[in-house]
Amino acid sequence: MITTRGFTGRPGAKADRKRLPPGQYLTEDFPVLSAGPTPLTPLDRWTLALQDGGSLLGKWTWEEFQALPRTEVMVDIHCVTKWSKLGTVWEGVTIDDLLSAAGLDEPSAPYLMAHCDGGYTTNLPLEDLLEGKGLVATRFDGEPLAPEHGGPARLLVPHLYFWKSAKWVRRLRFMEHDEPGFWESLGYHNYGDPWREQRYDGD
Amino acid sequence: MTVIEVPPSVGRRLAWRQVEVVERVAETPRATTLLLDVPGWPGHLAGQHVDVRLTADDGYQAQRSYSIASPPEAPRVALTVERLEDGEVSPWLAGEARSGDRFELRGPIGGYFTWSVAAGGPLMLVGGGSGVVPLMAMLRHRAARAEAGRAVPARLLLSSRSLADIIYREELHRLGSASGGPVIVHTVTREPPPPGWHGYARRIDAPMLAEVGFPPAAKPEIFVCGSTPMVEAVAEALVGLGHASLNVKTERFGATGGM
Repeated sequence: MITTRGFTGRPGAKADRKRLPPGQYLTEDFPVLSAGPTPLTPLDRWTLALQDGGSLLGKWTWEEFQALPRTEVMVDIHCVTKWSKLGTVWEGVTIDDLLSAAGLDEPSAPYLMAHCDGGYTTNLPLEDLLEGKGLVATRFDGEPLAPEHGGPARLLVPHLYFWKSAKWVRRLRFMEHDEPGFWESLGYHNYGDPWREQRYDGD
Repeated sequence: MTVIEVPPSVGRRLAWRQVEVVERVAETPRATTLLLDVPGWPGHLAGQHVDVRLTADDGYQAQRSYSIASPPEAPRVALTVERLEDGEVSPWLAGEARSGDRFELRGPIGGYFTWSVAAGGPLMLVGGGSGVVPLMAMLRHRAARAEAGRAVPARLLLSSRSLADIIYREELHRLGSASGGPVIVHTVTREPPPPGWHGYARRIDAPMLAEVGFPPAAKPEIFVCGSTPMVEAVAEALVGLGHASLNVKTERFGATGGM
């Protein structure tokens, strides 16, 4: 390890280390990162689809989606660009409840690709979404989720780097075999566990 | 068509490299360029960034990401860093670092917000403040490729707070004045421009983008980099003007970190 002459770190930054994964720093703001323009889908045209191969397992309009069981969580979130935000409050529908609503007792494949407005995709193992670990979130901090933060609905998988919590999610597709999504094809890690600092391919 | 080139490092772990500051160049009162000696640098594409890690005497470490300012053709990796008042890493890089200092870096990172002459154009760049840094790497790359670069029409619209805050102002002027050089258009947002100013004096908006940019029918490759509000506004305006979302690539600098 080399030390850097004259660098001491920000006062206060060191106190938070226990709740922060390696290489992360605490922010009170909510920075925005996306690869392209923010898509704007009116709620009367919004739907969420659950799909296995070519077959549709379930599809919900905004109104129907609002009627599903709702869950509130308070979680820490960690972005691969190094910021972490602690104690964020989200509300939405768990993937467990979504599968139940589609009449599925268990997931029909071990992997899932999330497809979003704007063409973004991200891949996840199903087990990282079940038992309350994954949500389709529509509210942040008690308010409807703002478009630049992924509204009307985004995936929320807080135990992985935040690019896995895909903004503007519209379609969840089961996959028999894992395939890389958008950032996962562009040099970022396929799984993205912040506590193991899996930022980039090969980490 | 968009050509996505995958960085050469894919598949292997990006190693932390010990780098040495070779030279520092003051760009503006708040922005500084560091020229670095990076042993074993694998090469990069214009638009990519690196992670920087600083370590204090007590072992405390801080990491941030910074765009690469130098083109792939340059012998040294250059970072241009703007000092953020509330920053942790940027004050050291932009204020304290001097020739001979060492820190750690890994990269290059990011395979999306990248451009090379081979990807073609026209090339439309829209920057705000230090958001010009990855766009400058693209313009420097275009210039380094001489004739092949000149064959790609390029325009840069750069928004800065004031004249004194324009990063790379003289080099941009030189590039823009050269035969086959890019069209460079400035706008300043916080101070009235001096007499004889040829640029704009307001925030970037749709009419400005329509006047300066290529028409949607030309299918330009568009790169937008700056603060979140600036990028949100510009990207929305571009889509409103009829540009395809997929041709608009964005990079946003949060107000919170060293980015």
